[in-house]
Amino acid sequence: MTTPAGVAERLTSLVGALRAHGVRIGTGETVDAARAAEVLGLADRELLREGLAATLLHGAGQRPVFDPVFDLYFPRGVGGPERKAAGRDDLRDRLAAALAADDQAMMGLLAAEAVDGFGGYGSSPESDGWSSYQTLERLRPQTLLARVRDDVRGRGGSEGFTDRLLEDEIRRRIETFRRLVATEARRRVAERRGRDEIARRAVTPTADRVDFLYAGKAQLAELRRAVHPLARKLATRLAARRRRAARGTIDLRRTLRGSLSTGGVPMKPVLRRRRPVRPELVLLCDVSGSVSGFSDFTMLLVQALHDQFSKVRVFAFVNRVDEVTGLLRRGTADPEGFSSRIDAEARLTGYHGSSDYGMALGEFAERYGDAVGPRTTVFVLGDARTNMSDPNLPAVRQIAGQARRVYWLNPEPRSSWGTGDSAAPDYAELIEMHECRTARQLSALVARLLPV
Amino acid sequence: MFTSVDDVSARLAETGYLASPAVATTVFLADRLGKPLLVEGPAGVGKTELAKAVAQVAEARLVRLQCYEGVDESRALYEWNHAKQLLRISAGRDETWDETRTDIFSEEFLLTRPLLTAIRGDDPKVLLIDETDKADVEVEGLLLEVLSDFQVTVPELGTITATRRPFVVLTSNASRELSEALRRRCLFLHIGFPDEELERRIVRLKVPGLDETLAHSVVRVVGALRAMDLRKVPSVAETIDWARTLLALGADTLDATVVQATLGVLLKHQDDVLKAGAKLDLDAL
Repeated sequence: MTTPAGVAERLTSLVGALRAHGVRIGTGETVDAARAAEVLGLADRELLREGLAATLLHGAGQRPVFDPVFDLYFPRGVGGPERKAAGRDDLRDRLAAALAADDQAMMGLLAAEAVDGFGGYGSSPESDGWSSYQTLERLRPQTLLARVRDDVRGRGGSEGFTDRLLEDEIRRRIETFRRLVATEARRRVAERRGRDEIARRAVTPTADRVDFLYAGKAQLAELRRAVHPLARKLATRLAARRRRAARGTIDLRRTLRGSLSTGGVPMKPVLRRRRPVRPELVLLCDVSGSVSGFSDFTMLLVQALHDQFSKVRVFAFVNRVDEVTGLLRRGTADPEGFSSRIDAEARLTGYHGSSDYGMALGEFAERYGDAVGPRTTVFVLGDARTNMSDPNLPAVRQIAGQARRVYWLNPEPRSSWGTGDSAAPDYAELIEMHECRTARQLSALVARLLPV
Repeated sequence: MFTSVDDVSARLAETGYLASPAVATTVFLADRLGKPLLVEGPAGVGKTELAKAVAQVAEARLVRLQCYEGVDESRALYEWNHAKQLLRISAGRDETWDETRTDIFSEEFLLTRPLLTAIRGDDPKVLLIDETDKADVEVEGLLLEVLSDFQVTVPELGTITATRRPFVVLTSNASRELSEALRRRCLFLHIGFPDEELERRIVRLKVPGLDETLAHSVVRVVGALRAMDLRKVPSVAETIDWARTLLALGADTLDATVVQATLGVLLKHQDDVLKAGAKLDLDAL
């Protein structure tokens, strides 16, 4: 291999950082990546980026992790920009021009200048690091919208029908600029604090590994978009499990009975037929603010799986319980509509607005007890934080006694179960409780726990 | 096959396939490293077209294996021609058993299917395994031997190894997660929607009669639709269809009525049409 030593070292640490983010890369791929770097050369950074992505990644979902990590290990340059920003107004003027012209290269340069000029913080300027937040706060690129719009219109760049698209387009360009600033700030920080550490800490993980409870708005939206493909994958996995389950064990009685016609020699073994069961699912979801991201994602997922389960009933609670099955429209995952319909139409709170597991579970056992039968699998979704009220274990015992299986999916890390007002250990004694913090964990659990 | 990444772009462009830098780089690497290329992406972005374009550039024969649920060894790899074997047996009545046996399992009675066709012979070939995700998991196992060593084992004939490696393209719509083992053997390429400038060039190339400014507007509207949260966002194929429709209708600028009337070309669900209509301020019908 003729790859220069420095490149090989850098490549392996890039691979190390990607592995730390859960991207599975074998040695074979690393060697391929080195060969790709050799073939493509190091002159063109974007070619190298695509080449490494092609050899190292295995799915489109890994790309959002790869790009920032690549930017850290193969940075655009070293140190600050050659041209120092003349001042805030000057920079804003030039940024407005670049936004109006949709000039990506210029925006990249301006991002570097902006971070250099306004992003440094610490006791003496730039001593502690660089902040994209501070840069954007001082520069406020979003306030350029009207100016850029009038500029484009003034030059006749947008007229007729497409004029109505202009504002959204400019917003998207500003968003691009913000991302450029974030990348640039990360690069500068990495120069100071060491690449490996920043690559592990400052790069957001792939959507399926984001903690439900801490997911931002954009990440939740991305998760919701992932519901459909995920449901389809789970459906094929369940179908495969079902096919395998159909090949049952030998039915001895019927095999012997059949062997009578061949003089007692069992020529044809008769297999025991599994009776097709119609599993019923009941979902009991805490939809209070603290866990809402988790529960509505899970509900959507199960709803998207409805082809597999003809009988799904969904109940939501905060401190009172109400059935929301009718509010989910079959066949479509429509998250925003669903949450707002729950808010508008279901009665989930009485007296106060915080969640009360004891009261809700008690009410469920009392009012909807007949929804749970010997063929029912019940999933309880929630963090088991009872706000110091009675956990109402008898109600849980009653539900568990009636149902075929009961599982509790808890979006909190196992280590914090039982801390503060969490009644998780009490419930976990009666019900099998699983930690379910990310979409990845959820899909693994759903595939394992759902009845065939 | 190619000398540089720019060479790839230029020669693909000659066949009418405009490649983004990512596509050109990956095709170049697949050729240089001799690895199969796994292409994923939404429907209608030109995954299959890429294989066809590469075949045309390389002046190679395109061998296509269309995957579907239930595709098996005899459809993908090879099959013995039983009818012909029977005829041969009944024609040679006076022969000894040994003669017949060695004869009926010879190449003459072998029906080659795409995978075997692709690795036999000396002429250049491009093997397109289309919609790999539709095939069952067992077929993936079959592909592993073919794709890593470019060889096929026929028990009666022995192992057939490719004398000239075909350029392999696998496409997938990600309706099923392909196995890690298969992915590991391939270069991965995700073809997304092209950026505005590239899409404009594609539209101009595919619909030559379209006015420059109209092409510009078309691409901008499609871009806006893609930013919306729709069930099925329009793909490049739909952009081209729309441009053709506008050309056929003789529209020379876009206005609300024209867009309203032709939105069905771009969007395939009624919900989406309504949602887009509201967002674009089209007058309700």
